[in-house]
Amino acid sequence: MQRTFKLLALAAALAVSTAAQAHSYWMVPSSTVLSSPQWITVDAAVSNDMFHFNHRPLAIEPLVIVAPDGSKVAPANVSKGELRSTFDVKLEQKGTYRLELVRAGIRANWKEGDKPKRWMGTAEAFAKEVPADAPDLQVSETISRLESFVSVGAPSALKVSGKGLELQPITHPNDLIAAEKASFQFLVDGKPAAGVEVTLVRGERRYRNAQDEIKVTTDKDGKFAVAFPQAGMYWLDADVQDDKVSVKAAKQRSLAYTATLEVLPQ
Amino acid sequence: MQKWLPATLPALISATWGGQAFAAGIDVKVEIPRLNVAEYHRPYVAVWLERPDQSTATHLAVWYQQSDGPEGKGTKWLKDLRQWWRKGGRELNMPFDGVSGATKPAGEHGLSFTEGKAPFAKLPAGDYQLVVEAAREVGGRELVRVPFTWPPKGAQSLKAEGKEELGAVSLQLKP
Repeated sequence: MQRTFKLLALAAALAVSTAAQAHSYWMVPSSTVLSSPQWITVDAAVSNDMFHFNHRPLAIEPLVIVAPDGSKVAPANVSKGELRSTFDVKLEQKGTYRLELVRAGIRANWKEGDKPKRWMGTAEAFAKEVPADAPDLQVSETISRLESFVSVGAPSALKVSGKGLELQPITHPNDLIAAEKASFQFLVDGKPAAGVEVTLVRGERRYRNAQDEIKVTTDKDGKFAVAFPQAGMYWLDADVQDDKVSVKAAKQRSLAYTATLEVLPQ
Repeated sequence: MQKWLPATLPALISATWGGQAFAAGIDVKVEIPRLNVAEYHRPYVAVWLERPDQSTATHLAVWYQQSDGPEGKGTKWLKDLRQWWRKGGRELNMPFDGVSGATKPAGEHGLSFTEGKAPFAKLPAGDYQLVVEAAREVGGRELVRVPFTWPPKGAQSLKAEGKEELGAVSLQLKP
């Protein structure tokens, strides 16, 4: 009895600690609504508290900045500090820019003798580098997408790529106002994703006692609506798992979507 | 000469006076208060008319810094007129003929608009709101609304009062 109790307590403690250690990653643009072409600067980091640099910088090598006309813009002054990465972007076209950081790849775990081996990489590298007959081989696929949006002048339409978990705005992400209802749709591989749990957390977490997260679930059309209770920077996150793998050895696919949204006051 | 005058004069007179008689319109007065602050910047001000669903019926005026300052072009701060920016300011190209102008000092500023003459378009009969928004660098932002019905039954004077960035806002309706 005593032992069972201890084990349960241990299990509970483990569960709590994993949740507490789940760091989130994010990008914060200095402005999201602009009335004339100009520079913006962006911070990117990994931390517990949203938009508070207290853990480590985010690796921003896969960053892509898509201009309203679909062309790519290179970031300037890219730097990686101890607690955050930063980069600047010159926005010259009218319309909406998308800052996106997509990571897609294969994760594998297996054993070499007694030693556990961990591997991460692309599908092509996986075929070459991971022995297909490795003992205890466990393979999963991941696609994660981190985004933020900045508009110069009137916001322009945003297109999805059709790969992985994506947000299709119904209300434009640069048109969010406190207390007004905003609607979005979640898509998996371009198709409506029903039953996706979405978490929204406002920044400045350290100036309040509770996380005050907002949880919503997408309806049968993959849609959800939210009225942001107050103005601020919000972190939006959703995660989905399925078995639509592209690599035979993989059993499951983990899809993640994260965005930073700015909500302005009335 | 003598033949010409009597024939044309009544037409000329009726054209002039008739035109005046039909010159329905509005006069707007916007008071920019004198603020006792360490760092004073003239506010950016937008004046527009809204329909009951808060969509924009017409833009009447936008006052912003027209010259390029040390901190860049004045258009950089137009977004601080948040409601106006969202309600259609962002669709316009600045400067906007007959609407945009330079920032104004503290004091009372009058604007006159005649129906059918840009920027005061022919308004369909209904309820409207005159909206005046002011935003100031290193200052605040304020929005004042004056509801009215168009066309007015008679000459009418309506008023609203700002608290911080705007003083008295008055609207004279001319049938």
